[in-house]
Amino acid sequence: MDSFSFPILTLMIFVPVVGMLILAFLKQNQLGAIRSVSAIFSGIPLVLAIILLINYNPSGGFQFVEKYSWIPALNISYFLGADGISMPMLVLTALLSFISIIASFGIVHRAKEYFIFFLLLQIGMTGVFAALDFFLFYVFWEVMLVPMYFLIGIWGGPRKIYAAIKFFLYTLFGSIFMLVGILILYFFAVEPGTAGEAARNLYTLDLTVLANMAQNANGLFLREGLQLLVWMFFFIAFAIKVPVFPFHTWLPDAHVEAPTAVSVILAGVLLKMGTYGLLRISFPILPYGTDYFSKFMAVLGVIGIIYGALVSMAQKDLKKLVAYSSVSHMGYCLLGMSVFSHYGQQFIVGMSGCMFQMVSHGLITGALFLLVGVIYDRAHTREIAAFGGLWTKVPVYGSLMTFFCMASLGLPGLSGFISEFLVFIGGFAKYKVLTGIAVIGVVLTAGYFLRMIQKIFLGQLNVKWSDLTEINFREIFTVTPLAILTLMIGIYPRVLSYMMDNSLQELSDKIINGVNIVKGILG
Amino acid sequence: MSLRVELLIPEIFLFCWAIMIITADLFLIKKNKSLFLYLSQFGFLGAAALVIITPSGPNEVTFNFMFQNDGFATFFKMIILLAGFMAVSSSFETVKNGVEHPGEFFGLVLMSAVGMMFLVSSCELVSFYVALELATIPLFILASFQKRYLKSSEAGLKYLILGALSSALLLYGISFLYGMTGTTVMITQSITLLMNAGKIHYGLTLALVLIVAGLGFKLALVPFHMWAPDVYEGAPTPITSYLSVASKAAGLAALARIIYGIFTVSTASDYWGILIAVLAALAMIIGNIAAILQSNIKRMLAYSSIAQAGYILVGFVAASQMALSSISIYMFAYLFANMGAFAVVVAVSDKLKSDQIPDYGGMARKSPFLAASMTVFLLSLAGIPPLAGFIAKYRVFMAAIENGNYLWLVLIAVATSVISIFYYARVIKEMFITERPAAENPASERGWRMSSAITVAILVGLIGTLVVGIYPQPFLELAETVTQAFIY
Repeated sequence: MDSFSFPILTLMIFVPVVGMLILAFLKQNQLGAIRSVSAIFSGIPLVLAIILLINYNPSGGFQFVEKYSWIPALNISYFLGADGISMPMLVLTALLSFISIIASFGIVHRAKEYFIFFLLLQIGMTGVFAALDFFLFYVFWEVMLVPMYFLIGIWGGPRKIYAAIKFFLYTLFGSIFMLVGILILYFFAVEPGTAGEAARNLYTLDLTVLANMAQNANGLFLREGLQLLVWMFFFIAFAIKVPVFPFHTWLPDAHVEAPTAVSVILAGVLLKMGTYGLLRISFPILPYGTDYFSKFMAVLGVIGIIYGALVSMAQKDLKKLVAYSSVSHMGYCLLGMSVFSHYGQQFIVGMSGCMFQMVSHGLITGALFLLVGVIYDRAHTREIAAFGGLWTKVPVYGSLMTFFCMASLGLPGLSGFISEFLVFIGGFAKYKVLTGIAVIGVVLTAGYFLRMIQKIFLGQLNVKWSDLTEINFREIFTVTPLAILTLMIGIYPRVLSYMMDNSLQELSDKIINGVNIVKGILG
Repeated sequence: MSLRVELLIPEIFLFCWAIMIITADLFLIKKNKSLFLYLSQFGFLGAAALVIITPSGPNEVTFNFMFQNDGFATFFKMIILLAGFMAVSSSFETVKNGVEHPGEFFGLVLMSAVGMMFLVSSCELVSFYVALELATIPLFILASFQKRYLKSSEAGLKYLILGALSSALLLYGISFLYGMTGTTVMITQSITLLMNAGKIHYGLTLALVLIVAGLGFKLALVPFHMWAPDVYEGAPTPITSYLSVASKAAGLAALARIIYGIFTVSTASDYWGILIAVLAALAMIIGNIAAILQSNIKRMLAYSSIAQAGYILVGFVAASQMALSSISIYMFAYLFANMGAFAVVVAVSDKLKSDQIPDYGGMARKSPFLAASMTVFLLSLAGIPPLAGFIAKYRVFMAAIENGNYLWLVLIAVATSVISIFYYARVIKEMFITERPAAENPASERGWRMSSAITVAILVGLIGTLVVGIYPQPFLELAETVTQAFIY
């Protein structure tokens, strides 16, 4: 079905390389040139992403496929493609990267290196969402760690070195489990043969082939216990990235110490790589494990929602508050995806709630971090108690902040509401009690956001800030697209769901079919 | 069997070239140190070219199996020669400051390479032992070459004593094998052992343990590693790099010849796997944890190379063709990263007069090229894609997982590789993140200039690391083909 002969995904991934090379030859003090080169080379992928969106056919399946043999000795190919699950992520990545680059124009210290690392980061992120070969996926997954380490380590806050190495080690710890899982899949996943025909090992890491193997009704493609082990390995890798409750401790450190734009990327894109990995890899390839552990995921998700919200309430630092709110919001994703279908009815409400949450959390939290950065640049503090009555001084800033806080706490009409609503509908059909507990999270979220708005913007103006300047044009420019999209998705969710409905349906069918096969075989 | 001297041409050439360099040192009144450097660079390149054109294959045997020029030997000879080339290329700074007899210095490096080349080719235990001594005795001298530097003399002495001990262990093990089989030719031994399978159980285990211990010293495996950090620290840095790569490659190839050639087919194969697996686990755990505590970069790299030997053994235990090809590719990737890292250490210590990691602070500003290269080398050693070290680790883990019995070992390996990133990242942190206040002396603020020889060494390392990492196909294929004909 693919008539798109132009290697658009490759270009989207690797165009920033050109920018990196040009930057390498610029001088540290040519700030204007550095900024425009990085904006251009991070803007091109955004343009390409829009072209991608226009040419996207929402009927499901992988499109814009590119497949070349890369390391035949290990049966690894350079295999890219996009479907309804990766499309929103690709667009979100391109958008947030571009916005973050614009938002980073204030960086003067070692600016050249900063933008080189940022473009490298963009390559890794885009690659993860486009890769359809597990090896390639892993390579991009890891490529991203190094620039992130530098971005936090060089341009971060006071505890930057600790935060950077913690991020690096934590994520690496997860991804090595993924590596072992990959190798187990490579050697032990077999294509069950039809009657009278022996099962054969394909030695492949092609994600589409692996997913099809799981659909083969003639036998188990991965032994039962091994499937659960591999699922757990992948889950550790992805859960650290999300971060799911017991693995979340790297996140507050990394977020608080990272420079503003890097926090935006961390919250907006990196966290989604975890949930995306689960949807792209664990779900279709290991349906039995997914089913086996679905309740476990839901429980972790709900713990995350409540725990994240409670910890947010206790925060004195504005950025830390937003960081912990991410833990809480990503919990919704986990709860939503654990309901991969209603049994009996082929609804995909929970999973599409998860996808909505991934996108809307990316937009909203990205914007919140940008806005936190705005005030930090002026006030040089993020302590909530230090502010007060700022609305009179900075009404535009205040209303933007309020808008995104409302979106984040799930005000109807904005995107956060749609995702939470879908997650709850989906969740309630399967886990009544758990979902009931999760709903408390909404109240808690409203609690900490409203309290924060009240303390910062309302009440007596703290005279210390009487000469605080209003948000400037560049900063408004960075958050405007995010605001528009938040509103658009909130009012007319079809702009998003049309892309992914068919792919999610396919995914859900695959899991249910895969689970039934395994149950049939195991009796 | 006919005498086929033509198979030995690369070794003969390198030997004569080494003698020529040593002799030239006597006759040249006006010492031009870089001349010797260029001569030895040419020696290594020439030998490499000769290795390529020398016929290679399972049937290229001469001197009654004392010398077999199969693909495996050729592959490891190339690694040794490349390591030698990079080592002498990075010697310019070292030789300039304080080596009085450059001819001897370079001649001995070449001589040791000749020994290693014989070692990887020998399929008979007497020639094996002689080659091993030829490879290591020049290294004793080279380690203590900076006579006025106390630590260098200490390094040479330590290396000599422990080298002698390990040779004794090895010889003892060889004598057991000879006693049980009545021959020193590996292939005949393995056939004899196969025919008497089950009868000579204990003696065989004893021989295996002694030989592994003897070679374990050469490979600096835990618990035979105590000499390595001191010797690595004291020896002139290019020699350290040569020790850590070439001598490890040769030792590894020798271990593969003995274990795969003699023991795999016999009953002892049940034992050597677990023995090597435990050694691998120890090397990875001890090497990586001890490396965290080091503040001297040479000592850190010493422990890191102990750990790297552990990763190689993870592939080794699988006892398959994939295992051999995985250790070959690992050695190849390790060659570029480790030689490159040591070349950077030489360049930096020439400028800073220090090998302490904290002194690397803010180096990225002085020399972005050196700092970026070092980062690439260290990340490759840590196994971060898309660098060569990742492909190597991937391949090694593949071999171990395919075997099926060693999942636990792979889990230890991946867990320790996370630890390793901690100390590699510390160096990267110093170079890039730590910022130094501007020095009082504006002259020292200028960027660094390095000799062209060392730049070549670093560039070879960089290109190798990147090419093997991004497009590994030809190298994987090569490693596959050269190990196909190996007898195991």
